[in-house]
Amino acid sequence: MGTSDCGHICGESSPGVGEAGRTGEWRTSRPVVDNRKCTPARKGVPMCFLCWLYCPEAVIAKTVPPRVDMEYCKGCGICAEVCPSHAIDMVEEAGFVP
Amino acid sequence: MLDGNAAAAEAAKLCRVQVIAAYPITPQSPVTEILSEFVEKGDLNAEYVTVESEHSALAVCCSASMVGARTFTASSSHGLAYMHEMLHWVAGTRLPVVLACVNRAIGAPWNVLNDQQDSISQRDTGWIQIYARNNQEILDSVVQAYKIAEMVYLPVMVCYDGYVLSHTEMPVDTPSQAVVDRFLPPYKPHTVLDPGNPKNYNLVTLANPRVNAEGVLCHGYMELRYLLQEALQNSAQAIASVGAEFRELFGRDYTGLLWQDRLGEAEVAIVAMGSLAMEARVAADSLRRSGLKVGVLGLRVFRPFPKSEVAQAVGHCRLVMVFDRDISYGSEGAISLEIKSALYRRRAAPVVRNFIVGLGGRDVKAREMTEAVTKSLASLKKGTPDSGHPEWICEI
Repeated sequence: MGTSDCGHICGESSPGVGEAGRTGEWRTSRPVVDNRKCTPARKGVPMCFLCWLYCPEAVIAKTVPPRVDMEYCKGCGICAEVCPSHAIDMVEEAGFVP
Repeated sequence: MLDGNAAAAEAAKLCRVQVIAAYPITPQSPVTEILSEFVEKGDLNAEYVTVESEHSALAVCCSASMVGARTFTASSSHGLAYMHEMLHWVAGTRLPVVLACVNRAIGAPWNVLNDQQDSISQRDTGWIQIYARNNQEILDSVVQAYKIAEMVYLPVMVCYDGYVLSHTEMPVDTPSQAVVDRFLPPYKPHTVLDPGNPKNYNLVTLANPRVNAEGVLCHGYMELRYLLQEALQNSAQAIASVGAEFRELFGRDYTGLLWQDRLGEAEVAIVAMGSLAMEARVAADSLRRSGLKVGVLGLRVFRPFPKSEVAQAVGHCRLVMVFDRDISYGSEGAISLEIKSALYRRRAAPVVRNFIVGLGGRDVKAREMTEAVTKSLASLKKGTPDSGHPEWICEI
């Protein structure tokens, strides 16, 4: 039938990273964190992480500083919108080398 | 003595349904009332979920079925329309939900009486559709519906005429719980929601199949929908074999997808569905008395439509009279369209005449059916060309 039959009669999958494919390819702009403004980055302490909390795709890691997984980040801009320190800018994807 | 609604409720109880979610609507309401009484009294060990709409009713049945519960719901007309998107969803998830549709006209304008427009309007959703001619068939069809549904993983809609059957008492043989238990094994779901082994169901698909997180190229939308159609096509076999098993245990034969009455030598075939198929026999008897070779084709299974069986049953006739208690507006009666499709490749196919009857509960008399046959034969003799549109019989 054009696919290697995975034996399902309805849409079924196991949860896993990248289940929807390389959604990073959908981006037209990407979040860039300014570590001089980002609170956990400045203080060197795990804290805030509102960007992690609000990211609908769970592609931000609660590291110091927070790290965005560009393989899957869709560039929705919610993290930039919610950051209380305005530490995140959405920058045109065209400016970055693939 | 049971009316149609009581027969449907009794069948659901005998099938030991585990979750019922239904919203009342005339003329289905007694089904929900009777079932809630069964649950309240402890006669039926089921979870009765009171929902605020039919859309929610089917959504609840969908989720319950996904976690392995045998589910039941019922509706009519606007209620069935309200759950329309969920009808598609349940079929696409391949869940063996059984729904009793108490056929009622759909507005505008408002009408609570019988015609089959409601279930006919849902014929594209991927549900098996079985129409009952009398209350015994209602009970028997619901019982068989669970076995069929759980075998082929397709939802089944058992349809019966509002008021004509739902509110009319007839003698019904109610099987014992023991024999139904022998007939119906427990439900084995193909979906399992287990926190120990988490799964997503009905994820978004794109135009083409895509590789999942494990690197397996999984079925895309079109492949899954193909499987649905394939299952429907193949379900005819399951319906027949379940009908044969039913005959063995209960004594009533449901091996045929059609009810055929004296069609073997018939020159004229009358086609009808639901209670009208019983009226058609009265009309046929009357015509036979005047020397005409008339047979009756009662459509039992509307989806999957039994094309080859229909062609076999009426292909030799000179005239096929299709009485539709519905109409696909802008075209003609839905049954007529299917009959014509079934006869398509037949050499010397019969003339098919379509009559729209009984909408909004308007009574259809056997006399009107016999008159239609006589008039059609006369116009055939004269060579009057077909208008290309269905004829309406609206006498009061």
